[in-house]
Amino acid sequence: MRLKALMVGAVLAATAGAPAFVTAASAQDSIYVPLFSYRTGPFAGSGIPIANGMHDYLDMLNARDGGIGGVKLAIEECETGYDTKKGVECYESTKAKSPVITNPYSTGITLQLIPKAAVDKIPVLSMAYGLSASAVGESFPWVFNPPATYWDGLSIIMKHIAQKEGGFDKLKGKTIGFIFFDGGYGREPIPLLEQFAKKYGFETKLYPVPAAEMQNQSAQWLNVRRDKPAWMIMWGWGAMNPTAVREAARTNYPMDKFIGIWWSGGEDDARPAGEGGKGYLTLNFHGVGSNYPALKDIEKHVLGKSQTQKDKFAENLYNRGVYNSVLIAEAITNAQKITGKKAVTGADVRRGLETLNITEARWKELGLPGFGAPVTNVTCADHNGHHAAYVQQWDGQKWVKITDWITPMKEEVRPLLEAAAKDYVEKNTGWPKRTEPCDKK
Amino acid sequence: MLYREAGQFKTNYFADQAVFPIRQDRIGVAIILLLAFVAIPLYGSNFLLQAVVIPFLIYSLASIGLNLLTGYTGLLSLGTGAFMGVGAYACYKLTSLFPGVNILIWMICSGFVAAAVGVVFGLPSLRIKGFYLAIATLAAQFFLQWCFVRIPWLVNYNVSNAIEVPQRMLGDIVITGPNASLHTRYFTVLIIVVAMTWIASNIVHGRIGRMWMAVRDQDIAAELMGIRLLRTKLLAFAVSSFYCGVAGAMLVFLWYGGAEAETFNINQSFFVLFMVIIGGLGSLLGSYLGAALIFGLPILLRLLPDALGVPMHSATIEHMSFLIVGGLIIIFLIVEPHGLARLWQITKQKLRVWPFPY
Repeated sequence: MRLKALMVGAVLAATAGAPAFVTAASAQDSIYVPLFSYRTGPFAGSGIPIANGMHDYLDMLNARDGGIGGVKLAIEECETGYDTKKGVECYESTKAKSPVITNPYSTGITLQLIPKAAVDKIPVLSMAYGLSASAVGESFPWVFNPPATYWDGLSIIMKHIAQKEGGFDKLKGKTIGFIFFDGGYGREPIPLLEQFAKKYGFETKLYPVPAAEMQNQSAQWLNVRRDKPAWMIMWGWGAMNPTAVREAARTNYPMDKFIGIWWSGGEDDARPAGEGGKGYLTLNFHGVGSNYPALKDIEKHVLGKSQTQKDKFAENLYNRGVYNSVLIAEAITNAQKITGKKAVTGADVRRGLETLNITEARWKELGLPGFGAPVTNVTCADHNGHHAAYVQQWDGQKWVKITDWITPMKEEVRPLLEAAAKDYVEKNTGWPKRTEPCDKK
Repeated sequence: MLYREAGQFKTNYFADQAVFPIRQDRIGVAIILLLAFVAIPLYGSNFLLQAVVIPFLIYSLASIGLNLLTGYTGLLSLGTGAFMGVGAYACYKLTSLFPGVNILIWMICSGFVAAAVGVVFGLPSLRIKGFYLAIATLAAQFFLQWCFVRIPWLVNYNVSNAIEVPQRMLGDIVITGPNASLHTRYFTVLIIVVAMTWIASNIVHGRIGRMWMAVRDQDIAAELMGIRLLRTKLLAFAVSSFYCGVAGAMLVFLWYGGAEAETFNINQSFFVLFMVIIGGLGSLLGSYLGAALIFGLPILLRLLPDALGVPMHSATIEHMSFLIVGGLIIIFLIVEPHGLARLWQITKQKLRVWPFPY
């Protein structure tokens, strides 16, 4: 009985004490950057390297330069487990500390935060994920999704396929398969794919993979074997990727005709297939490997002290985290330049994001020469920029860049985006009109 | 000493049938309501309201819904998440088709849509029981979630396959959408939850509740006593789904502000089922206690290291809180298999004779 009484007491005390924890200190001498990460749950395999990359780069700036513009960055991770519930909780708990930017790292969480961003004056940076329509800055002044949207990704893949086949006119009569995560993320490119199919006269075959069946795709790949598509395109994430690569190898699908979006290109996605994974292609928009001065700095200042395992350092998804943090850091730097303030706010960083301008020279200055394509197209009207990406191939050990930077077909993508944004605004009656002024680059 | 009903005489049947026959209980409920309506909105931080209290109330309502079905009628269901989803999607469709009608009316109406769907999936309950029924309702879960993903009409052909909550007003006050103030949403949730709890309490204490409990305890005996099983079970499914549907609509419209099909996956169903089991099957109070424990405890644990000044990685905290919550659930179930509500009942019994137990 005493145990019970003790427990009841403990629960009551804990409940009573709860509000006491809900206090927040906001420091003025630092810039607060919360990182939403997921090191737990079914997507942790992809989430851990990204979180490490993001965290380490910002830590390195703190250690090497003493922050940005002389102001330390207060970096805090909040664990979302890729769960929208926890993401919203993270957002609320970090909001009190006046963050300058939010990186939701989940499409589900991004969708919740889009309407809140304008109200709370905290910009959302959903780097190459989230709501594609949010690329339209006129309708979504507080949301950014550079360097490219999923539709850009698909158009780059189509360009690559056409080039390999010897021109878009050669696609006529061919079959292109599309294996995708059966959710909002995977379904997003379908309208554009169908538009391409109509325009270039190829046939599409869709192979949805439901969330619960991510690790069991034998049925889909049996169909692939039957349909014999000339190319396979994949929109996968988490455990779906390695399974798909393994199944493709098992069904003897030619790996050099199997191309994934940038979220399907982790080392751990291709590696488990062993020899069979050789030749698998994915898109990428940043360099891999540690052969960059800034990454050497991370190695020097941060590695060993952070949560990063040494052998996972500078892998593909790690570098994606770094890329994400470069965007954050650049936005803060720009914000400081525009406002002349040191401790910038969320509203300042929004302006910083709109004036994002990472030229080739700037990449070099950052210690990352050639790491990414120049991010120069982000404007007040275009919050994405539709930047270039390249195709990389798995050689059995590591990713190898096999094409030059390929620019997306902006003329195909942009009208779709504008229509989607218009649609969004129309359906959300009372969606605020843009009042934020535009800064010159 | 304080908690003793000596001297409280009941002079009519009405007083004797009251839900809270003891004066101290009535005072306690009044204090809780006072806290909820006055103290929390006045003194609570935004975090407390948005991330703790609003979802707690919404989950309490969902677990009341499931409790009516599983706890009172004895029909195990794993389709709660999907029924919540039906409510949310129905509310979204209704308000986008008829934007002129008040959103609160649509929230209640979406409950009826969920009830109708619940009745359809409740039909097998006449023939199958226990675990087999759980599997049948699992079919509802998968089928409905499949619909949420595959039917673009449900999301108004949104390319990201998500529903976004539009702005809706009640008079001059914005209640849904990003511009709705936290306190407006809180009071809307609170009033709906309190009102629906009151209705649920009346249902379970009345004829219908007794029918449900008779079916739960021995359905053959209940049938012999003249209770029509099909109607009773379907009514339980309808009312339960109604509650879940309203909770789902509130979840999206008054808390999340937008949702994907993934929001209403099987985990959501389990989440609510855990609340009901931990809280106490067949107890409205248990629904609240279960929601508080399952939803609130992890939040508390996540805040704890920071409050104590112990530096810890967020992922480590997450793993710890998984361990601790899991362990606590097992401990609670070993110590009191009938849930927190039973624990509270035992505490009340002890309090009556305290400090001179016999």
